[in-house]
Amino acid sequence: MNRRVVLVLCLLVGASALGAAEGPELKAGVFSPARVAPDFTLPASTGRAVTLSQYRGKVVLLSFGYTSCTEVCPITLAVLAQARRQLGPAGADLQVVYVTVDPEHDTAEQMRRYLAHFDPTFVGATGTPAQLAAVRKDYGISATRLPVPGGYAYAHSSYVYLIDRAGKLSALMPFGHAAEDYVHDVALLLKK
Amino acid sequence: MTARRWPWAAAIGAALVVTAAALAAFAPLASRSREQAFEIPKGTWARRMAGAKVEILPAEIRLTLGVRDILLLINHDDVPQTFGPVLMMPGQSFRLPFAVASTYTFACTAHLSGQMTIVVDAEPLPGWARLSWRVRALARSGRWA
Repeated sequence: MNRRVVLVLCLLVGASALGAAEGPELKAGVFSPARVAPDFTLPASTGRAVTLSQYRGKVVLLSFGYTSCTEVCPITLAVLAQARRQLGPAGADLQVVYVTVDPEHDTAEQMRRYLAHFDPTFVGATGTPAQLAAVRKDYGISATRLPVPGGYAYAHSSYVYLIDRAGKLSALMPFGHAAEDYVHDVALLLKK
Repeated sequence: MTARRWPWAAAIGAALVVTAAALAAFAPLASRSREQAFEIPKGTWARRMAGAKVEILPAEIRLTLGVRDILLLINHDDVPQTFGPVLMMPGQSFRLPFAVASTYTFACTAHLSGQMTIVVDAEPLPGWARLSWRVRALARSGRWA
């Protein structure tokens, strides 16, 4: 009888340890196993080139869009800016990188001006159509140019990739999540 | 059965139906897993390249908050696949929890139509909502939930 009690206790302790090891879940969709985020180097809103891997050690939120976007990008960037503010001092270990799908209009300077409305630490990346198409392919991003009255628009992937400190593409947050969800997930990734 | 026993039989039958409906309407929802899994089998890309029409996912996936609200996608194929909203490498899985009832539309190369729709229903509350949800789930899957 005593042996049985000990066995049950051992199983309970083991199960608890496993549960603790798994830890709390992310609000975002999680990749398993996480792969290394494809690296790229592109002209940036900082006036210099940006290389994704230069942010190893930080959590990176990688988003794709264009500065004339009226439906998705302003909301996403406002939410990311709010999340970074809510993180407080930990926000210094968060880097938002926003890659344009519209290089015709989005120069490095245009991206700097646009992103400054949300958070001056956000980095915008642009490049040639071929450079940007290669990055989109690596990340499975779709971007289709559509004619609209008075110009054009892009239908583009609206989610945000979460890249951990080790440069692994850990998770993907679909459009529509609140800043609190980003804060939750970034805080967890920063602890890893 | 004699004519005198008919009213009793009818009453007992009605009581059973009412009890079953009450159970369906108020019993807690039970689910072994909250994951709804879909897999791209090995060789899918090769079969498509050979001209076969391969449809892996239903055009519409229905999830229910609190019951089955986690979409699990697994790529067993030898090539990367854009599966729902994500690019997945061979052998990789993607686990996406949903917290808001809504209809989500994603581009998806795993669908011949190129599009995948995920309808996330609100958690069915006890009462009529839970009863009708159970009836629909039973009709869809043939299983009690």
